[in-house]
Amino acid sequence: MSSHSAEPLLEVEEIHTYYGKSHILDGVSLEVGRGEVVGLLGRNGVGKSTTLKAVAGLVHPSRGAVRFEGRPITRLPAHRVARLGIGYVPEDRRIFRLLTVAENLRTGLDRHGVTAARKKDLLEKVYAYFPVLAERRSQAGGTLSGGEQQMLAIARAMMLEPKIILLDEPTEGLMPRMVSQIREIIDVLHRESVAVLLVEQNVPLTLEASQRIYILEKGVVRHHAPAAELQVNDAVIHQYLGV
Amino acid sequence: MEIAFDQLLIQTINGIVTGMILALVASGLTLIFGIMDVVNFAHGELFMLGAYVGVIVLAATGDFWIALIAASLIIALLGAAIYLMTLRPLLGRDPLTTILATFGVSLVLQNYALWQFGPVARKIQEPVTGHFTLFYLEYPWYRLVIALLSAAIIGGLWLFLKFGTYGIWIRATTQDRVMAQAMGIPVPWVLTVVFAIGAGMAGASGVLFGPLVGVNHAMGLDWILKAFIVVVVGGMGNLAGSIAASIFISLLEAYASLWVSPAQAIIVSFVVLILTLLFRPTGLFVPTPK
Repeated sequence: MSSHSAEPLLEVEEIHTYYGKSHILDGVSLEVGRGEVVGLLGRNGVGKSTTLKAVAGLVHPSRGAVRFEGRPITRLPAHRVARLGIGYVPEDRRIFRLLTVAENLRTGLDRHGVTAARKKDLLEKVYAYFPVLAERRSQAGGTLSGGEQQMLAIARAMMLEPKIILLDEPTEGLMPRMVSQIREIIDVLHRESVAVLLVEQNVPLTLEASQRIYILEKGVVRHHAPAAELQVNDAVIHQYLGV
Repeated sequence: MEIAFDQLLIQTINGIVTGMILALVASGLTLIFGIMDVVNFAHGELFMLGAYVGVIVLAATGDFWIALIAASLIIALLGAAIYLMTLRPLLGRDPLTTILATFGVSLVLQNYALWQFGPVARKIQEPVTGHFTLFYLEYPWYRLVIALLSAAIIGGLWLFLKFGTYGIWIRATTQDRVMAQAMGIPVPWVLTVVFAIGAGMAGASGVLFGPLVGVNHAMGLDWILKAFIVVVVGGMGNLAGSIAASIFISLLEAYASLWVSPAQAIIVSFVVLILTLLFRPTGLFVPTPK
């Protein structure tokens, strides 16, 4: 998909990050096209989450570049990255526990240039996708179940009207029913032309939901292929993920 | 010793009045601690400088209310400047560095005030001079005005935090600074504004309290000590807890001074502080943590 458009939405070029002395990312490069769902697979601790954080501006790479719509964002503070249209849904969800569901959503809505009517539309849209959030809108975020918190985290990121959402292990620890709901949400995002960079341990779900896959090992991309190809030929998956 | 009912009632009113002023000082302190984990040792000096700005503006304009507003705004700006120059570069470091930095700022401000204004206490004329009869006492109306104004300012802060856009930003940043940034909230700006709000509230309390004691360079010390006690007893960073603790401790001290001298009554605060730290270190007025 990305190969058709002139310029990818998101380009990550040879980024390196360190945590103390240990090299976490050792030159990761990847691209996400407009409206494309891209999966990022790999074992624990290979740098998948750090890659997402680097895109979100929460970790600043010591070398390499991140570009969004052709514009360098490598050194931009995280709040400015978010306002360019990059939504971040972290692994541990990080709901504002003492804020109500509605207030959690408002943190992404109260931006310059968003009219009251537009805010209402956006809220109604997510409440339609996630009726449970509408029911619990006056409840504190911390009182929601794990699955509901995951939905809130995604809905909250959608308030930014993002062009891309970075999803870090959205199905981790969820019941099967919730997992299929997350799967549906990814499809909804895809239909709405929101790109997704998906980090997951759930390989079948990632292969199904994504168009392209990157496989990360020890801080570098080892393999890169269309998801359909990996679904047919699972030797690579065995080799790098041992599943 | 027999305690008469009227004495008890007078001390209740005294306790609430002092408690409200203390709550005004402590809420700024707890707001700042809650959002940036900085214990601001210069808070008492912001209170003191607020009182001096009040003295100067009152002398120039003759209007107490203009003095009150001017002091709040000027001390808020001073707070923002202090934050940007001394604390922002230190955020995320060992808490000891911010404690030393704010302690340093407090010494500088205190000695500046001594150098600029001299050791003789200045007077702020209270805007409301009347008295009313409370049993055997002529009770000044102004003390009730202070309590009501403090309550109004704290109430305004609460409404702002609860419903205002920036209030929601402040609460979100207090809970999770990293996630707040990822939601597009300009966290560096929010932290500066919170420091300014806390400082402005300290400045306002300095002007409000000025008429009761006289303004001098060391007036911040007593208050800051008590404010720290209530912030700990109320649960660090917990606004409602600090307010409840301010009134609770002030009432205890007021009742204690029925038996002992007011100078000895302050011991009660320390006893509460020590018991809190021993048996409920997360704070008296917060739900038991899970």
